[in-house]
Amino acid sequence: MEQLLELKNVSAGYDKNIVLSDVNMKVFDRDFIGVIGPNGGGKTTLVKVILGLLKPLKGEITYCVNTRNFIGYLPQINKIDSKFPITVYDVILSGLMSQNQLITSFNKLDKQKADELLEQTGITHLKKKPIGELSGGQMQRVFLCRALISSPRLLILDEPSSFVDNKFEHELYGLLHDLNKQMAIIIISHDVGTITSYVKTIACVNRELHYHQSNIITEEQLADYNCPIQIITHGHVPHTVLEHHH
Amino acid sequence: MYLTPSSNIIIKPFMEQIIELFRYQFFYNAFFSALLASIACGFIGTYIVARRIVFISGGITHSSFGGIGISYYLGFNPVLGAAVFSILSALGIEYISKKTEVREDSAIGILWSMGMALGIIFIFLTPGYSPNLMTYLFGSILTVNTTDLLLMALNTLIIVVFFLVFYRIILYISFDEEFARAHKVPVMLFNNILLIMVALTIVLSIRVVGIILVISFLTLPQTTANIFTKDFKKMIGFSVLFGCLGSFSGLIISYYANIPSGASIIFSFAVIFIVAKVLKELTLSIHLKHQ
Repeated sequence: MEQLLELKNVSAGYDKNIVLSDVNMKVFDRDFIGVIGPNGGGKTTLVKVILGLLKPLKGEITYCVNTRNFIGYLPQINKIDSKFPITVYDVILSGLMSQNQLITSFNKLDKQKADELLEQTGITHLKKKPIGELSGGQMQRVFLCRALISSPRLLILDEPSSFVDNKFEHELYGLLHDLNKQMAIIIISHDVGTITSYVKTIACVNRELHYHQSNIITEEQLADYNCPIQIITHGHVPHTVLEHHH
Repeated sequence: MYLTPSSNIIIKPFMEQIIELFRYQFFYNAFFSALLASIACGFIGTYIVARRIVFISGGITHSSFGGIGISYYLGFNPVLGAAVFSILSALGIEYISKKTEVREDSAIGILWSMGMALGIIFIFLTPGYSPNLMTYLFGSILTVNTTDLLLMALNTLIIVVFFLVFYRIILYISFDEEFARAHKVPVMLFNNILLIMVALTIVLSIRVVGIILVISFLTLPQTTANIFTKDFKKMIGFSVLFGCLGSFSGLIISYYANIPSGASIIFSFAVIFIVAKVLKELTLSIHLKHQ
Protein backbone atom coordinates (compact mmCIF):
# COMPACT_ATOMS: atom_id res chain seq x y z
CA MET A 1 0.00 0.00 0.00
CA GLU A 2 1.11 3.52 -0.81
CA GLN A 3 2.28 5.61 2.11
CA LEU A 4 0.46 8.92 2.59
CA LEU A 5 2.31 10.55 5.45
CA GLU A 6 4.74 9.90 8.25
CA LEU A 7 5.35 11.45 11.65
CA LYS A 8 8.91 11.04 12.95
CA ASN A 9 9.68 11.66 16.65
CA VAL A 10 7.10 14.43 16.73
CA SER A 11 6.54 16.39 19.93
CA ALA A 12 3.90 19.08 19.98
CA GLY A 13 2.09 21.35 22.41
CA TYR A 14 1.04 24.86 23.30
CA ASP A 15 3.15 27.50 25.08
CA LYS A 16 5.86 25.00 25.99
CA ASN A 17 3.33 22.60 27.52
CA ILE A 18 4.09 19.37 25.74
CA VAL A 19 0.88 17.55 24.91
CA LEU A 20 2.32 14.98 22.53
CA SER A 21 5.72 13.48 22.98
CA ASP A 22 7.87 11.50 20.57
CA VAL A 23 5.12 10.31 18.27
CA ASN A 24 5.96 7.99 15.40
CA MET A 25 3.24 7.04 12.98
CA LYS A 26 2.82 6.07 9.36
CA VAL A 27 -0.45 6.38 7.49
CA PHE A 28 -0.98 4.26 4.38
CA ASP A 29 -3.64 4.34 1.71
CA ARG A 30 -6.87 2.54 2.72
CA ASP A 31 -5.91 2.62 6.41
CA PHE A 32 -8.84 2.93 8.81
CA ILE A 33 -7.38 4.10 12.09
CA GLY A 34 -9.37 4.72 15.23
CA VAL A 35 -7.64 7.19 17.55
CA ILE A 36 -8.74 6.81 21.14
CA GLY A 37 -7.51 8.23 24.42
CA PRO A 38 -8.61 10.23 27.45
CA ASN A 39 -9.77 13.84 27.21
CA GLY A 40 -6.74 16.10 27.14
CA GLY A 41 -4.59 13.17 26.02
CA GLY A 42 -3.65 14.87 22.76
CA LYS A 43 -6.05 13.39 20.20
CA THR A 44 -7.03 16.74 18.68
CA THR A 45 -3.44 17.97 18.91
CA LEU A 46 -2.35 14.98 16.82
CA VAL A 47 -4.92 15.94 14.18
CA LYS A 48 -3.74 19.56 14.19
CA VAL A 49 -0.17 18.44 13.59
CA ILE A 50 -1.24 16.21 10.69
CA LEU A 51 -3.29 19.05 9.17
CA GLY A 52 -0.36 21.45 9.48
CA LEU A 53 -2.27 23.75 11.86
CA LEU A 54 0.27 23.22 14.64
CA LYS A 55 4.00 23.17 14.03
CA PRO A 56 5.73 20.36 15.91
CA LEU A 57 8.13 21.51 18.63
CA LYS A 58 10.40 18.63 17.69
CA GLY A 59 10.56 15.99 15.00
CA GLU A 60 9.13 16.16 11.51
CA ILE A 61 6.14 15.29 9.42
CA THR A 62 6.49 14.14 5.83
CA TYR A 63 3.68 14.17 3.28
CA CYS A 64 4.14 11.61 0.54
CA VAL A 65 1.35 12.86 -1.73
CA ASN A 66 1.99 15.73 -4.11
CA THR A 67 -1.55 17.05 -4.40
CA ARG A 68 -1.85 20.38 -2.61
CA ASN A 69 -4.69 19.33 -0.42
CA PHE A 70 -5.16 15.63 -0.03
CA ILE A 71 -6.68 15.67 3.46
CA GLY A 72 -10.39 16.11 4.13
CA TYR A 73 -11.20 17.26 7.66
CA LEU A 74 -14.35 17.16 9.76
CA PRO A 75 -13.93 19.26 12.92
CA GLN A 76 -15.82 18.88 16.20
CA ILE A 77 -19.11 20.57 15.41
CA ASN A 78 -19.42 22.27 18.78
CA LYS A 79 -16.52 24.48 17.63
CA ILE A 80 -18.72 25.82 14.82
CA ASP A 81 -20.71 29.05 15.23
CA SER A 82 -24.14 27.75 14.23
CA LYS A 83 -25.64 31.25 14.09
CA PHE A 84 -23.24 32.31 11.36
CA PRO A 85 -25.17 33.54 8.29
CA ILE A 86 -24.18 30.84 5.80
CA THR A 87 -26.15 28.25 3.84
CA VAL A 88 -25.55 24.50 3.70
CA TYR A 89 -24.53 24.75 0.06
CA ASP A 90 -21.90 27.41 0.75
CA VAL A 91 -20.46 25.38 3.63
CA ILE A 92 -20.04 22.35 1.36
CA LEU A 93 -18.44 24.36 -1.45
CA SER A 94 -16.00 25.87 1.05
CA GLY A 95 -14.29 22.47 1.06
CA LEU A 96 -12.81 23.47 -2.30
CA MET A 97 -11.23 26.67 -1.06
CA SER A 98 -7.63 25.62 -1.66
CA GLN A 99 -8.15 24.73 -5.28
CA ASN A 100 -7.60 28.22 -6.63
CA GLN A 101 -11.28 28.82 -7.09
CA LEU A 102 -11.52 31.60 -4.59
CA ILE A 103 -11.77 34.42 -7.04
CA THR A 104 -13.63 32.78 -9.88
CA SER A 105 -16.97 31.26 -9.10
CA PHE A 106 -17.43 27.52 -8.98
CA ASN A 107 -17.77 25.62 -12.22
CA LYS A 108 -20.44 23.13 -13.17
CA LEU A 109 -18.40 20.12 -12.08
CA ASP A 110 -17.96 21.48 -8.54
CA LYS A 111 -21.67 22.14 -8.20
CA GLN A 112 -22.43 18.70 -9.60
CA LYS A 113 -20.09 17.17 -7.01
CA ALA A 114 -21.80 19.12 -4.23
CA ASP A 115 -25.22 17.94 -5.43
CA GLU A 116 -24.00 14.33 -5.56
CA LEU A 117 -22.72 14.51 -2.00
CA LEU A 118 -25.99 16.06 -0.80
CA GLU A 119 -27.82 13.18 -2.45
CA GLN A 120 -25.44 10.56 -1.05
CA THR A 121 -25.84 11.81 2.52
CA GLY A 122 -29.59 12.32 2.10
CA ILE A 123 -29.72 16.06 2.77
CA THR A 124 -30.62 17.44 -0.68
CA HIS A 125 -33.70 19.12 0.81
CA LEU A 126 -31.48 21.15 3.16
CA LYS A 127 -29.32 22.66 0.40
CA LYS A 128 -30.58 26.25 0.77
CA LYS A 129 -31.07 26.18 4.56
CA PRO A 130 -28.96 28.28 6.90
CA ILE A 131 -26.84 26.01 9.11
CA GLY A 132 -28.53 27.40 12.22
CA GLU A 133 -31.67 25.43 11.40
CA LEU A 134 -30.01 22.01 11.34
CA SER A 135 -29.96 19.23 13.92
CA GLY A 136 -26.70 17.74 15.15
CA GLY A 137 -26.87 14.80 12.75
CA GLN A 138 -27.69 17.02 9.76
CA MET A 139 -24.81 19.30 10.70
CA GLN A 140 -22.39 16.34 10.76
CA ARG A 141 -23.58 15.32 7.29
CA VAL A 142 -22.98 18.83 5.95
CA PHE A 143 -19.46 18.90 7.35
CA LEU A 144 -18.81 15.41 6.03
CA CYS A 145 -19.80 16.67 2.56
CA ARG A 146 -17.45 19.63 2.97
CA ALA A 147 -14.60 17.27 3.87
CA LEU A 148 -15.35 14.98 0.90
CA ILE A 149 -15.89 17.51 -1.89
CA SER A 150 -12.17 17.91 -2.54
CA SER A 151 -11.92 14.13 -3.16
CA PRO A 152 -9.33 13.63 -0.42
CA ARG A 153 -6.93 10.69 -0.13
CA LEU A 154 -7.18 10.87 3.65
CA LEU A 155 -10.30 11.72 5.65
CA ILE A 156 -9.92 12.83 9.27
CA LEU A 157 -12.96 12.99 11.56
CA ASP A 158 -12.81 14.55 15.03
CA GLU A 159 -15.48 13.05 17.31
CA PRO A 160 -18.11 12.64 14.58
CA SER A 161 -20.45 10.70 16.82
CA SER A 162 -20.95 13.42 19.42
CA PHE A 163 -24.21 15.39 19.28
CA VAL A 164 -25.86 12.77 17.10
CA ASP A 165 -28.34 9.96 17.66
CA ASN A 166 -27.50 6.25 17.50
CA LYS A 167 -29.23 5.85 14.15
CA PHE A 168 -27.01 8.42 12.50
CA GLU A 169 -23.94 6.96 14.14
CA HIS A 170 -24.53 3.59 12.48
CA GLU A 171 -25.34 5.17 9.14
CA LEU A 172 -22.13 7.13 9.44
CA TYR A 173 -20.02 4.05 10.09
CA GLY A 174 -21.70 2.35 7.13
CA LEU A 175 -20.83 5.30 4.94
CA LEU A 176 -17.25 5.37 6.21
CA HIS A 177 -16.93 1.66 5.46
CA ASP A 178 -17.78 2.40 1.81
CA LEU A 179 -15.55 5.48 1.66
CA ASN A 180 -12.66 3.44 2.99
CA LYS A 181 -12.58 1.58 -0.34
CA GLN A 182 -11.34 4.83 -1.92
CA MET A 183 -9.42 6.60 0.84
CA ALA A 184 -7.66 6.27 4.17
CA ILE A 185 -9.63 7.32 7.26
CA ILE A 186 -8.55 8.49 10.69
CA ILE A 187 -11.38 8.77 13.19
CA ILE A 188 -11.06 10.25 16.66
CA SER A 189 -13.37 9.01 19.34
CA HIS A 190 -13.59 8.80 23.08
CA ASP A 191 -16.06 5.97 22.63
CA VAL A 192 -13.91 2.85 22.54
CA GLY A 193 -16.87 0.51 22.43
CA THR A 194 -18.36 1.33 19.06
CA ILE A 195 -15.25 2.36 17.22
CA THR A 196 -13.23 -0.83 17.62
CA SER A 197 -15.68 -2.95 15.67
CA TYR A 198 -15.45 -0.74 12.57
CA VAL A 199 -11.85 0.33 12.28
CA LYS A 200 -8.92 -1.76 11.04
CA THR A 201 -6.35 -0.50 13.53
CA ILE A 202 -6.36 1.38 16.82
CA ALA A 203 -4.05 4.16 17.96
CA CYS A 204 -4.16 5.10 21.61
CA VAL A 205 -3.05 8.64 22.46
CA ASN A 206 -2.20 9.67 25.97
CA ARG A 207 0.72 12.04 25.64
CA GLU A 208 2.47 9.20 23.85
CA LEU A 209 1.05 7.27 20.94
CA HIS A 210 0.60 3.54 20.99
CA TYR A 211 -0.33 2.10 17.67
CA HIS A 212 -1.94 -1.35 17.69
CA GLN A 213 -1.81 -3.16 14.39
CA SER A 214 -5.27 -4.61 14.96
CA ASN A 215 -8.64 -3.53 16.22
CA ILE A 216 -8.63 -5.77 19.27
CA ILE A 217 -7.75 -4.22 22.57
CA THR A 218 -6.87 -6.35 25.55
CA GLU A 219 -7.44 -5.30 29.08
CA GLU A 220 -3.69 -5.19 29.75
CA GLN A 221 -3.24 -2.71 26.92
CA LEU A 222 -5.97 -0.52 28.31
CA ALA A 223 -4.44 -0.61 31.75
CA ASP A 224 -0.95 0.11 30.42
CA TYR A 225 -1.95 3.05 28.30
CA ASN A 226 -4.59 4.40 30.62
CA CYS A 227 -7.24 4.39 27.92
CA PRO A 228 -10.79 5.25 28.96
CA ILE A 229 -13.72 3.00 28.30
CA GLN A 230 -17.29 4.12 27.89
CA ILE A 231 -19.45 1.39 26.49
CA ILE A 232 -23.16 1.86 26.72
CA THR A 233 -24.99 0.13 23.91
CA HIS A 234 -28.24 -1.75 23.62
CA GLY A 235 -29.71 -4.13 21.06
CA HIS A 236 -28.20 -5.77 18.05
CA VAL A 237 -25.29 -3.56 17.21
CA PRO A 238 -21.82 -4.69 16.24
CA HIS A 239 -19.68 -4.54 19.33
CA THR A 240 -16.53 -5.69 21.03
CA VAL A 241 -16.80 -7.24 24.44
CA LEU A 242 -13.89 -6.88 26.79
CA GLU A 243 -13.07 -8.95 29.82
CA HIS A 244 -14.71 -8.16 33.09
CA HIS A 245 -13.24 -5.26 35.06
CA HIS A 246 -12.19 -5.55 38.66
CA MET B 1 -54.33 53.07 0.21
CA TYR B 2 -55.58 55.91 -1.94
CA LEU B 3 -53.90 59.23 -2.43
CA THR B 4 -56.67 61.74 -1.97
CA PRO B 5 -56.30 65.19 -3.52
CA SER B 6 -55.75 66.67 -0.09
CA SER B 7 -52.88 64.30 0.79
CA ASN B 8 -51.35 65.10 -2.58
CA ILE B 9 -51.23 68.71 -1.58
CA ILE B 10 -49.34 67.84 1.59
CA ILE B 11 -46.95 65.38 -0.03
CA LYS B 12 -46.07 67.40 -3.09
CA PRO B 13 -44.73 70.48 -1.33
CA PHE B 14 -42.82 68.18 1.04
CA MET B 15 -41.02 66.46 -1.86
CA GLU B 16 -40.35 69.83 -3.40
CA GLN B 17 -38.91 71.03 -0.13
CA ILE B 18 -36.57 68.04 -0.02
CA ILE B 19 -35.43 68.66 -3.58
CA GLU B 20 -34.94 72.29 -2.68
CA LEU B 21 -32.62 71.23 0.15
CA PHE B 22 -30.20 69.69 -2.33
CA ARG B 23 -29.43 73.17 -3.64
CA TYR B 24 -27.51 73.69 -0.41
CA GLN B 25 -24.00 72.28 -0.61
CA PHE B 26 -24.07 71.23 3.06
CA PHE B 27 -27.20 69.13 2.56
CA TYR B 28 -25.85 67.64 -0.63
CA ASN B 29 -22.67 66.62 1.23
CA ALA B 30 -24.68 65.28 4.17
CA PHE B 31 -26.86 63.17 1.90
CA PHE B 32 -23.93 61.62 0.05
CA SER B 33 -21.95 61.00 3.21
CA ALA B 34 -24.96 59.14 4.61
CA LEU B 35 -25.19 57.10 1.41
CA LEU B 36 -21.47 56.25 1.40
CA ALA B 37 -21.45 55.41 5.11
CA SER B 38 -24.47 53.14 4.61
CA ILE B 39 -22.70 51.22 1.86
CA ALA B 40 -19.34 50.91 3.65
CA CYS B 41 -20.98 50.00 6.98
CA GLY B 42 -23.32 47.56 5.23
CA PHE B 43 -20.33 45.52 4.03
CA ILE B 44 -18.00 45.97 7.02
CA GLY B 45 -20.81 45.71 9.60
CA THR B 46 -21.99 42.38 8.20
CA TYR B 47 -18.43 41.07 8.56
CA ILE B 48 -18.24 42.43 12.14
CA VAL B 49 -21.58 40.95 13.17
CA ALA B 50 -20.97 37.58 11.49
CA ARG B 51 -17.49 37.24 13.01
CA ARG B 52 -18.72 38.45 16.40
CA ILE B 53 -16.13 41.21 16.68
CA VAL B 54 -18.56 43.96 17.71
CA PHE B 55 -16.69 44.59 20.96
CA ILE B 56 -13.34 44.84 19.13
CA SER B 57 -14.93 47.41 16.83
CA GLY B 58 -16.14 49.37 19.86
CA GLY B 59 -12.58 49.43 21.19
CA ILE B 60 -11.19 50.59 17.84
CA THR B 61 -13.79 53.38 17.67
CA HIS B 62 -13.11 54.81 21.09
CA SER B 63 -9.34 54.54 20.94
CA SER B 64 -9.41 56.66 17.76
CA PHE B 65 -10.37 59.63 19.95
CA GLY B 66 -6.79 59.63 21.24
CA GLY B 67 -5.63 60.24 17.68
CA ILE B 68 -8.11 63.08 17.25
CA GLY B 69 -6.84 64.77 20.44
CA ILE B 70 -3.15 64.45 19.51
CA SER B 71 -3.83 65.75 15.98
CA TYR B 72 -5.48 68.84 17.40
CA TYR B 73 -2.58 69.43 19.76
CA LEU B 74 0.01 69.05 16.99
CA GLY B 75 -2.07 70.78 14.35
CA PHE B 76 -2.66 67.82 12.01
CA ASN B 77 -5.87 66.80 10.28
CA PRO B 78 -7.88 64.94 12.96
CA VAL B 79 -9.01 62.28 10.47
CA LEU B 80 -5.38 61.34 9.91
CA GLY B 81 -4.68 60.98 13.64
CA ALA B 82 -7.84 58.99 14.18
CA ALA B 83 -6.94 56.68 11.29
CA VAL B 84 -3.46 55.98 12.66
CA PHE B 85 -4.78 55.36 16.18
CA SER B 86 -7.62 53.11 15.09
CA ILE B 87 -5.44 50.98 12.80
CA LEU B 88 -2.80 50.60 15.50
CA SER B 89 -5.37 49.61 18.10
CA ALA B 90 -7.09 47.21 15.69
CA LEU B 91 -3.84 45.38 15.03
CA GLY B 92 -2.76 45.88 18.66
CA ILE B 93 -5.80 44.09 20.07
CA GLU B 94 -5.13 41.15 17.76
CA TYR B 95 -1.44 41.10 18.70
CA ILE B 96 -1.88 41.54 22.46
CA SER B 97 -4.54 38.85 22.77
CA LYS B 98 -2.66 36.33 20.62
CA LYS B 99 0.94 36.87 21.72
CA THR B 100 0.68 37.90 25.37
CA GLU B 101 -1.03 36.67 28.49
CA VAL B 102 -3.62 39.48 28.40
CA ARG B 103 -7.07 38.25 27.42
CA GLU B 104 -8.78 39.75 24.41
CA ASP B 105 -11.69 41.50 26.13
CA SER B 106 -9.33 42.98 28.73
CA ALA B 107 -7.06 44.28 25.94
CA ILE B 108 -10.08 45.90 24.29
CA GLY B 109 -11.18 47.52 27.54
CA ILE B 110 -7.72 48.96 28.13
CA LEU B 111 -7.31 50.46 24.63
CA TRP B 112 -10.92 51.71 24.70
CA SER B 113 -10.48 53.88 27.80
CA MET B 114 -6.85 54.79 27.17
CA GLY B 115 -7.77 56.32 23.81
CA MET B 116 -10.60 58.34 25.30
CA ALA B 117 -8.36 59.59 28.14
CA LEU B 118 -5.58 60.64 25.73
CA GLY B 119 -8.08 62.43 23.52
CA ILE B 120 -9.56 64.46 26.36
CA ILE B 121 -6.12 65.34 27.79
CA PHE B 122 -4.75 66.61 24.47
CA ILE B 123 -7.86 68.53 23.51
CA PHE B 124 -7.75 70.17 26.93
CA LEU B 125 -4.04 71.01 26.49
CA THR B 126 -4.54 72.53 23.03
CA PRO B 127 -4.14 76.30 23.45
CA GLY B 128 -6.64 78.77 22.09
CA TYR B 129 -9.53 77.45 20.05
CA SER B 130 -10.87 74.21 21.50
CA PRO B 131 -12.87 72.07 19.11
CA ASN B 132 -16.39 71.14 19.96
CA LEU B 133 -16.15 67.79 21.72
CA MET B 134 -19.80 67.08 21.00
CA THR B 135 -19.05 67.09 17.26
CA TYR B 136 -16.78 64.09 17.60
CA LEU B 137 -18.75 62.26 20.22
CA PHE B 138 -22.14 62.58 18.54
CA GLY B 139 -21.27 63.47 14.94
CA SER B 140 -22.27 66.41 12.80
CA ILE B 141 -23.29 65.29 9.36
CA LEU B 142 -24.11 68.83 8.23
CA THR B 143 -20.44 69.86 8.50
CA VAL B 144 -19.10 67.14 6.17
CA ASN B 145 -16.87 68.78 3.61
CA THR B 146 -15.75 67.75 0.13
CA THR B 147 -12.47 66.22 1.37
CA ASP B 148 -14.37 64.02 3.83
CA LEU B 149 -16.70 63.02 1.04
CA LEU B 150 -13.84 62.10 -1.30
CA LEU B 151 -12.12 60.02 1.38
CA MET B 152 -15.39 58.23 2.15
CA ALA B 153 -15.97 57.55 -1.55
CA LEU B 154 -12.47 56.10 -1.92
CA ASN B 155 -12.85 53.91 1.18
CA THR B 156 -16.26 52.66 0.05
CA LEU B 157 -14.97 51.88 -3.43
CA ILE B 158 -12.01 49.88 -2.07
CA ILE B 159 -14.28 47.90 0.27
CA VAL B 160 -16.86 47.06 -2.39
CA VAL B 161 -14.21 45.94 -4.88
CA PHE B 162 -12.37 43.90 -2.22
CA PHE B 163 -15.57 42.13 -1.17
CA LEU B 164 -16.59 41.45 -4.76
CA VAL B 165 -13.22 39.93 -5.64
CA PHE B 166 -12.58 38.01 -2.42
CA TYR B 167 -16.17 37.31 -1.35
CA ARG B 168 -15.69 33.58 -0.89
CA ILE B 169 -12.39 33.84 0.96
CA ILE B 170 -13.89 36.43 3.35
CA LEU B 171 -16.95 34.24 3.94
CA TYR B 172 -14.95 31.06 4.57
CA ILE B 173 -12.34 32.65 6.82
CA SER B 174 -15.02 34.33 8.92
CA PHE B 175 -17.01 31.12 9.19
CA ASP B 176 -14.26 28.64 10.01
CA GLU B 177 -10.82 30.13 10.37
CA GLU B 178 -9.13 26.86 11.29
CA PHE B 179 -10.49 25.03 8.25
CA ALA B 180 -9.24 27.86 6.04
CA ARG B 181 -5.80 27.62 7.63
CA ALA B 182 -5.76 23.87 7.04
CA HIS B 183 -6.38 24.69 3.38
CA LYS B 184 -3.32 27.00 3.34
CA VAL B 185 -5.38 30.17 2.86
CA PRO B 186 -3.42 33.24 4.07
CA VAL B 187 -5.81 33.81 6.97
CA MET B 188 -3.61 36.27 8.91
CA LEU B 189 -3.16 38.52 5.89
CA PHE B 190 -6.88 38.66 5.18
CA ASN B 191 -7.80 39.21 8.83
CA ASN B 192 -5.39 42.13 9.06
CA ILE B 193 -6.58 43.72 5.80
CA LEU B 194 -10.18 43.42 6.97
CA LEU B 195 -9.34 44.88 10.40
CA ILE B 196 -7.71 47.88 8.72
CA MET B 197 -10.87 48.30 6.62
CA VAL B 198 -12.95 48.13 9.81
CA ALA B 199 -10.76 50.82 11.39
CA LEU B 200 -10.90 53.15 8.39
CA THR B 201 -14.65 52.74 7.95
CA ILE B 202 -15.17 53.58 11.60
CA VAL B 203 -12.98 56.68 11.40
CA LEU B 204 -14.72 57.96 8.27
CA SER B 205 -18.17 57.33 9.76
CA ILE B 206 -17.39 59.29 12.93
CA ARG B 207 -18.29 62.53 11.11
CA VAL B 208 -21.71 61.12 10.31
CA VAL B 209 -22.88 59.68 13.64
CA GLY B 210 -20.05 60.28 16.12
CA ILE B 211 -17.76 58.05 18.17
CA ILE B 212 -20.38 56.95 20.65
CA LEU B 213 -22.99 56.00 18.06
CA VAL B 214 -20.88 54.60 15.23
CA ILE B 215 -21.13 51.06 16.56
CA SER B 216 -24.90 51.11 15.91
CA PHE B 217 -24.26 51.94 12.28
CA LEU B 218 -22.24 48.72 12.14
CA THR B 219 -24.72 46.53 14.03
CA LEU B 220 -28.32 47.82 13.86
CA PRO B 221 -28.97 47.62 10.09
CA GLN B 222 -27.17 44.24 10.09
CA THR B 223 -29.28 42.84 12.91
CA THR B 224 -32.39 44.06 11.11
CA ALA B 225 -31.15 42.37 7.92
CA ASN B 226 -30.52 39.18 9.88
CA ILE B 227 -34.25 39.01 10.72
CA PHE B 228 -35.00 38.43 7.04
CA THR B 229 -32.01 36.46 5.82
CA LYS B 230 -29.38 34.04 7.13
CA ASP B 231 -27.21 34.35 4.04
CA PHE B 232 -24.04 36.45 4.25
CA LYS B 233 -24.40 37.94 0.75
CA LYS B 234 -28.04 38.90 1.18
CA MET B 235 -27.30 40.24 4.65
CA ILE B 236 -24.87 42.73 3.11
CA GLY B 237 -27.52 43.85 0.61
CA PHE B 238 -30.25 44.26 3.20
CA SER B 239 -27.86 46.07 5.56
CA VAL B 240 -27.00 48.64 2.89
CA LEU B 241 -30.72 49.07 2.21
CA PHE B 242 -31.70 49.52 5.86
CA GLY B 243 -28.65 51.74 6.38
CA CYS B 244 -29.76 54.09 3.57
CA LEU B 245 -33.38 54.08 4.73
CA GLY B 246 -32.44 54.88 8.34
CA SER B 247 -29.80 57.48 7.61
CA PHE B 248 -31.89 59.38 5.02
CA SER B 249 -34.95 59.53 7.25
CA GLY B 250 -32.74 60.39 10.24
CA LEU B 251 -31.13 63.18 8.27
CA ILE B 252 -34.48 64.69 7.26
CA ILE B 253 -35.91 64.34 10.77
CA SER B 254 -32.84 66.03 12.22
CA TYR B 255 -33.18 68.90 9.75
CA TYR B 256 -36.85 69.56 10.43
CA ALA B 257 -36.93 68.83 14.15
CA ASN B 258 -33.60 70.59 14.66
CA ILE B 259 -32.07 67.75 16.67
CA PRO B 260 -28.53 66.25 16.41
CA SER B 261 -28.23 64.20 13.20
CA GLY B 262 -26.25 61.29 14.69
CA ALA B 263 -28.86 60.60 17.32
CA SER B 264 -31.79 60.89 14.93
CA ILE B 265 -30.13 58.51 12.43
CA ILE B 266 -29.52 55.87 15.10
CA PHE B 267 -33.04 56.40 16.42
CA SER B 268 -34.36 55.74 12.90
CA PHE B 269 -32.30 52.53 12.76
CA ALA B 270 -33.86 51.41 16.04
CA VAL B 271 -37.40 52.18 14.83
CA ILE B 272 -36.78 50.23 11.60
CA PHE B 273 -35.44 47.31 13.64
CA ILE B 274 -38.50 47.24 15.91
CA VAL B 275 -40.95 47.54 12.99
CA ALA B 276 -39.12 44.76 11.11
CA LYS B 277 -39.12 42.51 14.16
CA VAL B 278 -42.83 43.03 14.79
CA LEU B 279 -43.68 42.45 11.11
CA LYS B 280 -41.67 39.24 11.11
CA GLU B 281 -43.33 37.94 14.28
CA LEU B 282 -46.77 38.81 12.88
CA THR B 283 -46.21 37.03 9.57
CA LEU B 284 -44.85 34.04 11.47
CA SER B 285 -47.90 33.79 13.71
CA ILE B 286 -50.29 34.24 10.75
CA HIS B 287 -48.37 31.55 8.90
CA LEU B 288 -48.70 29.20 11.88
CA LYS B 289 -52.46 29.83 12.18
CA HIS B 290 -52.99 28.92 8.53
CA GLN B 291 -51.24 25.58 8.90
